Amino acid sequence: MTPPRSPGFDTLSLHAGQQPDPTTGARATPIFQTAAYVFRDTDHAAALFNMERAGHVYSRISNPTTAVLEERIAALDGGVGAIATASGQAALHLAIATLAGAGSHVLASRALYGGSHNLLDYTLRRFGIDTTFVDPRNLSAWREAIRPNTRVLFAETLGNPGLDVLDIAGVAEIAHAAGLPLLVDGTFTTPYLLRPFDFGADLVCHSATKFLGGHGVAIGGLLVDSGAFDWERSGRFPELTEPYAGFHGMDFQEESTVAAFLLRARREGLRDFGACMAPFTAFQLLQGIETLSLRMDRHIANTRAIVGFLCEHKAVASVNYPELPTHPDHQLAKTMLPKGCGAVFTFEIQGGRVAGRKFIETLRLFSHLANVGDAKSLVIHPASTTHFRLDDAALRAAGIGPGTIRLSIGLEDSADLIDDLALALRASQKP
Amino acid sequence: MAMQLDIHGHAAWAYTGGKAFNPTLPVVVFIHGAEHDHSVWALQSRYLAHHGRAVLAVDLPGHGRSAGAPLASIEALADWVVAVLDAAGVATATVVGHSMGSLIALESAARHPQRIAKLALVGTAFPMRVADELLNATRDDEPTAQQMVNLWSHSALAHYPGNPGPGFWVAGVNRRLMERQRTGVMHADFTACNDYSNGLEACRSIVAPVLLVLGKRDVMTPPRAAQDLIGALPNAGVVQIEGAGHAIMAEKPDELLEALRAFVP
Repeated sequence: MTPPRSPGFDTLSLHAGQQPDPTTGARATPIFQTAAYVFRDTDHAAALFNMERAGHVYSRISNPTTAVLEERIAALDGGVGAIATASGQAALHLAIATLAGAGSHVLASRALYGGSHNLLDYTLRRFGIDTTFVDPRNLSAWREAIRPNTRVLFAETLGNPGLDVLDIAGVAEIAHAAGLPLLVDGTFTTPYLLRPFDFGADLVCHSATKFLGGHGVAIGGLLVDSGAFDWERSGRFPELTEPYAGFHGMDFQEESTVAAFLLRARREGLRDFGACMAPFTAFQLLQGIETLSLRMDRHIANTRAIVGFLCEHKAVASVNYPELPTHPDHQLAKTMLPKGCGAVFTFEIQGGRVAGRKFIETLRLFSHLANVGDAKSLVIHPASTTHFRLDDAALRAAGIGPGTIRLSIGLEDSADLIDDLALALRASQKP
Repeated sequence: MAMQLDIHGHAAWAYTGGKAFNPTLPVVVFIHGAEHDHSVWALQSRYLAHHGRAVLAVDLPGHGRSAGAPLASIEALADWVVAVLDAAGVATATVVGHSMGSLIALESAARHPQRIAKLALVGTAFPMRVADELLNATRDDEPTAQQMVNLWSHSALAHYPGNPGPGFWVAGVNRRLMERQRTGVMHADFTACNDYSNGLEACRSIVAPVLLVLGKRDVMTPPRAAQDLIGALPNAGVVQIEGAGHAIMAEKPDELLEALRAFVP
């Protein structure tokens, strides 16, 4: 007998978490634009508040439209559930705030999105949560930096700005040996290119603003739990394994073997910090996810064409993309990212800051802005924008060169993108 | 808060619905199915514990937090349930079982009629034969067996309101819960279901009121596979839930609760 097949990725992208609305027959996910939900009677109200029944009370805690998005990303990532948040930053904060408090320690990759680095290196320190940053490629650095008060290890699937491919299995093994979970930011890869749980990660956060939405119109985040981490056995997480006075004395791990983390995160962090996702945003992100695989394939095809073009161009000193044999993680990328290494990468332009500025200002199709993962192609030159105050030595310390250009490749015709790049590269080299 | 007992030298664990166990209240014992633990009953057990009942949602031996090897037969598991009642100081209890747990509940009521006040069989069938391919897979290839069971247990790719709450992917929760059981448990459980032959005999000894709750879209224990039991239990109540597959607790938690609320003392 052939074992039954689980629904495929594209089917889940369209159907997981939603069926035709039982009241109206609506095929699309309705936008439940409501703050609150009527109780049937006082017993129903009490049961909802006490988690004796599942359902919606108030849209800061849960909402039917948002719940569809949460179930869908959980299905695509292979997790047990998810929480949608106001932004990717809110998802990262919710994950850390659920596991760590004053006196705790976070161990993070040093190759992070600048916003995540700010949260860990400045803001959370103000709240008593200390972070150590390590080279994500150095497994012994991860192992040696774990402290008794460490609560979570954190890294990006593809690091910023060098596209370091995270050896998820290697870092997860180190985390698990210490009784700790591994949280991974999957924004650059999406579950279509990489499912971190398949390699041993325990939690995944996404900026859904990027490729998941794909349209660049909605800010949102997602926090997904694999349900595989054994909080009880770890013994380091009384927030999950002992009664919580803030919610009816609930012991979340007793309540649910696989859902403890998300139950606590929703009933504490989402409830009290309040960084929930609006239902209209969830609707917009669902529209994006419906076509995720189609778009990602096109993003990758265009990226490969442009990487190939840039590699041959004399105004380009180097291209940094893990599919190239020159990238330090090329072998790891081949095993972990066979469908492609994303659509964001950097290259070094000949001529440093001056050439970089000319290049950016000559581009017409690429949009010069601070975002990635849009359907439209995007560009930024860190040395003349986000990092313009740094001298060349300080830039290099941040892993950025004076001529580093970051591209986020969109869904336009690749020939048009290449024409735009060719013109701008030529202009960049003129005296 | 939870109940920890010693049963025949092995630690046994039971969820008490988030309230301290009070054996002076009407007691309800929840018995999970194969490759599961108490948490499949999270909503129903928590509700009843907060509505005048004392709840024991057990982890069967070798499952979840209960120690020891999984027991080899439905009969042994039925005696184990009554040993739990003894250890918890409970004279009589209503027993609610799902799938394999429903067979355990049925057999416990037959073997110990004075101890079982009422009997609710959820997602049940007799005989509960397991296809050879699945039974072999539970022995040789647990991931494939778990995939089969997970696909056959759910009737839809979307559930309202989600279990144990909004934002949970029901099939993902069930898959991970199965994966978290110890190796070998799945084969022991499915073998016990497949080997159990005393169902109709047991029905003759039942004096307790019986309720069957069946999922209309259940393909693991379809309603037609419960007909022999229904025939042998002429006074049993039968509730069929629209749109429910085998994982009734997760797919239709409110509808199941309504059926249990009306039945449980």
